Amino acid sequence: MQNKQSTSIRTVVATGIGAAIIFVLMKFVAIPTGIPNTQVNVAAGFLALLGAIFGPVAAGLAVFIGHALNDFVTYGSPWWTWIIVDGLIGVAFGFAKNRLKIEDGVLGTAKLVWFNIYQVIVNFIGWVLLAPTGDIIVYHEPATKVYLQGITTWLVNSISVAIIGSILLVLYARTRTQRGSLKKER
Amino acid sequence: MQNQLLIGYDNRHTFLNRLSGSTKLLCFVGLSIIGMMTYDTRYLIGVMVFSLIIFHFSKINYRDIKFVVNVIIGFSVLNLVMVYVFAPHYGVTIYGTEHLLLGSSQHYFNLTTEQLFYEFNLLLKYTFAVPLALIFLMTTNPSEFAASLNKIGISYRISYSVAIALRYIPDVQNDYRTISLAQQARGFEMSKKAPFMTRVRGSIQILLPLIFSSLDRIEVISQAMELRRFGKGKKRTWYMAQKFKSNDYLALLCVLVIILIGIGLFKVNGGRFWNPFN
Repeated sequence: MQNKQSTSIRTVVATGIGAAIIFVLMKFVAIPTGIPNTQVNVAAGFLALLGAIFGPVAAGLAVFIGHALNDFVTYGSPWWTWIIVDGLIGVAFGFAKNRLKIEDGVLGTAKLVWFNIYQVIVNFIGWVLLAPTGDIIVYHEPATKVYLQGITTWLVNSISVAIIGSILLVLYARTRTQRGSLKKER
Repeated sequence: MQNQLLIGYDNRHTFLNRLSGSTKLLCFVGLSIIGMMTYDTRYLIGVMVFSLIIFHFSKINYRDIKFVVNVIIGFSVLNLVMVYVFAPHYGVTIYGTEHLLLGSSQHYFNLTTEQLFYEFNLLLKYTFAVPLALIFLMTTNPSEFAASLNKIGISYRISYSVAIALRYIPDVQNDYRTISLAQQARGFEMSKKAPFMTRVRGSIQILLPLIFSSLDRIEVISQAMELRRFGKGKKRTWYMAQKFKSNDYLALLCVLVIILIGIGLFKVNGGRFWNPFN
């Protein structure tokens, strides 16, 4: 197995490359929903995979950096409340790592179902509870508008993770060697 | 798509280029936080004028940023319309008075001076940081940016992650474009003309090769870094780091004064809003 030193380097690199991928996905592969500033985000699905492989620190920081950079070059100023919420969701996805054990190469239906329930709840807490409340407190935006944006984002992000995230997780698990797949010859 | 490329750094030989990255980062973050908090119109206009003056000195061509500016204006207008549709009386709630311009107070959609004023404040808040952000992006060398992050107290591992992200964004973009063209050549339609589900399926077809090749890249880079003993020391020096000069202290002082004025205005106004209707 890898030692502690090399996992910490892997986390640093995964954060950086992950942030670059999230940035590119947010910029080019976003499909608008019709409500301003909310889009079907392919990046959310990738975040699930990043969290499942590299854990909370890498996923949280990667989405924080990627989202901040993207806001910076698209809107001119980062929208901090949503960036922080995105970071927290990344951390939450990272915590699924130990439960999913994707490196072992087995990803059964039970685990997938569990993960999808978990991600819908995480997205709900993030986008419906935290992000709009932050907008109201910090930016003083009208409640109805931010809650509509929040609920739309919750729905599209949950769907994005459910479809793209699940596909990525299953395909990634298939590339890993299964634990215990080698047998001693007698 | 070509237009959307990162707006780039270029050494334009102005005093802004010579300021250290840490100074610019601190100034930008400080100003954007105070601008995020305050709803004082006079202050926001002041900061906006200040940033436009600085922008004038930065010798950035309007042509280079036209596209970005248009996108920003488009999104701001959309947001303002949406705020009006969902909360046409929000200004009245905030400022406590009602001066009707159009319609009567019984109707859901009426226009009050307070609402207009509130939305004007919102517009200022959406846009005031844009010139500063553009200056920051276009006058700071990306490699120096990571060094500046480390200098203002962020752990060097995180700074290095940011450096890697900035370094690899163009590579990932290139990969993305290559894979996208290859898939389109195989018949996957991904442009705006295609129906929604086709677009989703198309983007998954790009996503898979992009992500799996990037995961390999993570392994390669982390092994290379381990061979070079990354992370063995407590500290790290940066080739691109700049020392603070007198100009840096001067700039920081200016921004500090502006921020203090903003904080002072909270006291004067008795809250975050400036109410001209009393």
